[in-house]
Amino acid sequence: MILQGKVHKYGADVDTDAIIPARYLNVSEPALLAEHCMEHIDPEFRQRVSKGDIIVATSNFGCGSSREHAPIAIAACGVSCVIAHSFARIFFRNAIDIGLPLLECPEAVDACEAGDTLEIDLARGEISNRTRGTTCTAKPYPEFMTGIIDAGGLIPYTRRRLGGGHA
Amino acid sequence: MATIAEKILAAHAGRETISPGDFANVSVDVVLANDITGPISIREFHKLGVSRVFDPEKVVMVPDHFIPNKDIASAIQAKALRDFSREQGLVYFETGRAGIEHVLLPEQGLVGPGQVVIGADSHTCTYGALGAFSTGMGSTDIAAAMATGDIWMKVPATIKFVFHGQLRPWVGGKDLILHIIGDIGIDGALYAAMEFHGDAIASLNMDGRFTMANMAIEAGAKAGIFPVDAATEAYVVAHPPKSGARPMLSYTTDSDSDYSRVIEYDAGDIEPNVAFPHLPSNVKPVSQAGTVPIDQVVIGSCTNGRLGDLRIAAEIIRGQTIHPDVRCIVIPGSQRVYGDALDEGLLRVFLDAGAVVSTPTCGPCLGGYMGVLAPGERCLSTTNRNFVGRMGSPQSEVYLAGPAVAAASAIAGRIAGPTGQPSNTQEVTER
Repeated sequence: MILQGKVHKYGADVDTDAIIPARYLNVSEPALLAEHCMEHIDPEFRQRVSKGDIIVATSNFGCGSSREHAPIAIAACGVSCVIAHSFARIFFRNAIDIGLPLLECPEAVDACEAGDTLEIDLARGEISNRTRGTTCTAKPYPEFMTGIIDAGGLIPYTRRRLGGGHA
Repeated sequence: MATIAEKILAAHAGRETISPGDFANVSVDVVLANDITGPISIREFHKLGVSRVFDPEKVVMVPDHFIPNKDIASAIQAKALRDFSREQGLVYFETGRAGIEHVLLPEQGLVGPGQVVIGADSHTCTYGALGAFSTGMGSTDIAAAMATGDIWMKVPATIKFVFHGQLRPWVGGKDLILHIIGDIGIDGALYAAMEFHGDAIASLNMDGRFTMANMAIEAGAKAGIFPVDAATEAYVVAHPPKSGARPMLSYTTDSDSDYSRVIEYDAGDIEPNVAFPHLPSNVKPVSQAGTVPIDQVVIGSCTNGRLGDLRIAAEIIRGQTIHPDVRCIVIPGSQRVYGDALDEGLLRVFLDAGAVVSTPTCGPCLGGYMGVLAPGERCLSTTNRNFVGRMGSPQSEVYLAGPAVAAASAIAGRIAGPTGQPSNTQEVTER
């Protein structure tokens, strides 16, 4: 799959309260959560973001709570991928589980600025910066996880494990 | 040769041995969700095409975050949790017979040594205090585990933390875990298990251990584990499950070479600590806090809402009055803690001093309700996170500390450490 979009860039330790404040967790519909995505640290994000855009951050993206509402809100904004130096553990699982692609690639993060256009070949993990003409390759996923990613997330993967959905 | 975490995971994966970095499907003893994460787990569970959970006695639902319901939307979420729990016959705790999940499950005898526990709440790591491997995940992971009874895991490396010597007066579990997070940073134990050892740990009561394991996630860890000892065994015996027996499987790490790192501290060097905004790693000893006036104090949460915490706070507040500029909100962590604090006269101490005493809820810790901050306000809180906007306005500030600093600060009207010598409240009799 080829993804393309503009960069929204953040620093280290973007926490789940920054991605979606807990006071909005009294609902779980993706569209309602998307309305408040990044509200605490980037109030204009919702106006600026377009379908396909890419969030880029440095270390420990998604630290804090286990709320799956965080990757759900990001995906519901139209964001196609998050690239970071590193991800917090639970956010990483949650994004893979719901089919939001994540890539760990410090070189790509450091080489881009907000507003750059990136093109990503997900199967190869190749990140091309169309604005600056640079290309780098993300850390490949462990083999165990590609089964979940290829299935499109943990629910389709588990349906398959359960033999098509019969109890 | 293996660590406690590796031995528990190997036993649950049906393998002789398991190594850090290995991926494995492990069976789970308890699967947990709450009124925020549970509704998404239920929605995703229904997409799996199965009609029943793998074992209703191993799936626990606790409404606690916005409970009693704060508004119509949260009431709808709580109802979804209740309806699903009834339909499936799950272990469910209704408001008035419940509490904050991580205070509640240990005291109800639902989690114990040697178990694998997963929960759709990041502070599920709390049960490592009992020698369990317990960790937080998201709603979809919990949905899959509710159907299959197992979950995939990457086996973490283990970092050993040793506290040599004895604790200073008024220093507790919160101060130790803040000391660690201040030292290694909020991703200092990313993907790792933390194991806690040393003389100061051996003398720490169970409430202090729950506090430390609870905040392992604040260093990025997957689990925070204590070796099982006489204190653990006494706690388990004193908190039996309603039916059946709680397992007592205690594991030990074979040798220091099994750890990825060993980090050692002298407990006698550690003062009561405060984490300044806006990261739990921004830690200073309270003596170096300077003059920081505060508007609110919260004493409670899954981190510090246990009886031992309330005893420490009450000892400092007894006979004093809350500073006129401060709202002090005390939240016992469960109905049992509330009742015990009532019987001991602790709640009277708080009421007489001018504090609010609330029913158990997560409420203000996550800026949900019951103590949300206005722009420019500051709160000193015994909770676990101080990110931007955690307790309300993005222009507010949260400072984290243990119950002794919280109580002393509520009286002083600014961040302050406790003075004088504590009685023996830190040697809490487990109930």
